[in-house]
Amino acid sequence: MSKTLFDKVWDAHIVKQVDDGPDVLYIDRHYIHEVTSPQAFAGLEKRGLTVLRPERIVATADHNVPTLDQHLPIRNELSRLQVETLITNCRKHGIGLYGLNHPYQGIVHVIGPELGFTLPGLTIVCGDSHTSTHGAFGCVAFGIGTSEVEMVLASQCIMQPKPKSMRISISNRLGKGVTAKDLVLYVISKLSAGGGTGHFIEFAGEAIRALSMEERMTICNMSIEMGARGGMIAPDETTFSYVKSREFAPKGAEFDSAVEAWKQLKSDEDALFGQEFTFDASDIAPMITYGTNPGMGIKISSAIPDEDEVLPNDRKGLGKALAYMNFERGKPIAGTSVNYVFVGSCTNGRIEDIREFAGFVKGKKKAANVTAWIVPGSKQVEKQAEEEGLLRILEDAGFALRQPGCSACLAMNDDIIPSGEYCVSTSNRNFEGRQGPGARTLLASPLTAAAAAVTGRITDPRTFL
Amino acid sequence: MPEKLNIIESTACPLPVENIDTDQIIPARFLKATKREGFGENLFRDWRYNADGSTREDFVLNHKKYSGKILVAGRNFGCGSSREHAAWAIYDYGFSVVVSSFFADIFRNNSLNNGLLPVQVSDSFLQILLTAIQAEPETEIRIDLEKQTISIGETGQSESFGISSFKKLCLMNGYDDIDFLVSLKDEIHVFEEKTGRC
Ligand code: SF4
Repeated sequence: MSKTLFDKVWDAHIVKQVDDGPDVLYIDRHYIHEVTSPQAFAGLEKRGLTVLRPERIVATADHNVPTLDQHLPIRNELSRLQVETLITNCRKHGIGLYGLNHPYQGIVHVIGPELGFTLPGLTIVCGDSHTSTHGAFGCVAFGIGTSEVEMVLASQCIMQPKPKSMRISISNRLGKGVTAKDLVLYVISKLSAGGGTGHFIEFAGEAIRALSMEERMTICNMSIEMGARGGMIAPDETTFSYVKSREFAPKGAEFDSAVEAWKQLKSDEDALFGQEFTFDASDIAPMITYGTNPGMGIKISSAIPDEDEVLPNDRKGLGKALAYMNFERGKPIAGTSVNYVFVGSCTNGRIEDIREFAGFVKGKKKAANVTAWIVPGSKQVEKQAEEEGLLRILEDAGFALRQPGCSACLAMNDDIIPSGEYCVSTSNRNFEGRQGPGARTLLASPLTAAAAAVTGRITDPRTFL
Repeated sequence: MPEKLNIIESTACPLPVENIDTDQIIPARFLKATKREGFGENLFRDWRYNADGSTREDFVLNHKKYSGKILVAGRNFGCGSSREHAAWAIYDYGFSVVVSSFFADIFRNNSLNNGLLPVQVSDSFLQILLTAIQAEPETEIRIDLEKQTISIGETGQSESFGISSFKKLCLMNGYDDIDFLVSLKDEIHVFEEKTGRC
């Protein structure tokens, strides 16, 4: 029977099928961090259980860490306790930890691929919804809750009903100044924040094939913002050359034979999907969100929509969202004055994103009204930015690079956007209060963030290209 | 270990907002604990309290007329972050059931793993339910897990809801997936050997 890429990876990991119940799925790679793991370890110990396969777990501290002065003890007592608890748990159970000040520390979804822990065809879980990022390598990767973290610690397996499959194909190529972030915001704005619920989405088509791995990760990262369990892209030469020579990836002959197996990871020609959608890349322009869920996105050149212009799903909530955002129906969004810009997160905190931002601001100056937080996704990204001379470019334009962590993506540390302020953010969620109580988040690409950072206003980056 | 669930009869709190994400249920700045308990205090924090800590009279949990173990909310409840703290907070506050016409996947799993029952009803039944509760806050709602039905006290209007028989068994007996998975140790090991994973 013909199978989708998703079927192939999922089915190869079924340990047992429970009648009218979930599948017992074997997990190849388990990423953990300080916020969603402590209760799982505590639960495990309470039951008198041990970690079954510590060698399959990779740990880092990211959600709650400061992005300045990381060499100093963490000032917030609760944050420090979470990070210390992670260290203790990893030590006790023999788990590899890339914690604060380790040269490989960073946001869990940035370091996994960067270090070669994420490989095509694996099952990957993490107590974080953006685990979907790793689907860019043809993995079945999804976020789980803390009870499930405990299950995987105890048994290296998880119980999950098999999700349905969906394919989203994007024909043609993206235009100049239009990025992967715009592509995914566009798709979510068409299908809504709940449009993918219950599904694993395979992204396909010419526009997807043309993307780099970093860009593919941005797309799969945000598949959860459509409610999907995960996103996937079939691995190809772009994938193999990214993986090759990564620190923990297979080497030499082992790599070559792995590639042979990875080449099988694609949907069969006649495979059937539960749902299929097709979009045209040439219709996509730089996007920005105006509301309080990631489906509330529009082209920067558009006006704030009215009830009859939004998806049925968002109609009821539009008034509340616009009141929160202080936007008026029918008014253009471009030109809105913005005092904060955040570049970073597991969506857009990779080296390509920093490169893109730096490339844009090169030779320009930060607008005086703007506070910009440029936060690399990992220590490796930070190092590479320095080696490539990006740091210099940023500094010349009036920007500084902070230290790696989730930062203003969820505002658990001190990087909090003040109430009432607009922030053009390259992260993935614009929920009320996500970047701090009362903060108004406008999701966009690193290029759009750069354009806002130098003009102090929402600006279509293409006007500079 | 969660409590055993079967019949729940209670009044309910109406929260007819769609797309309630887990950042609203429990904002990230309250996730710093290393224990599971105590999150109820900050359930819906920014809707429930003003910045100065005073209560917001316009929010349903602050209305004296509404109480009970059942939360009735708008479509696509629990979207966004995978934080299980959202389910813990709802449970810790005192709810044992959330009714909505649509749940986000991870939230549904997290709830089921914590003895919090997600009851998915049709959009039209959700409307009927909300209208009934808003018109008469004393309205008793009855949920029968074994029969998989939800009914409204006075009028007797009811609807059935879906749940996997495995999960139902777990909830009714108060046990969870971990007990089951640990019992599969040998099968897991066989799988690892067969697929060259150890
Ligand atoms: S960067 Fe944001 S979305 Fe990504 S893992 Fe951190 S908190 Fe989650």
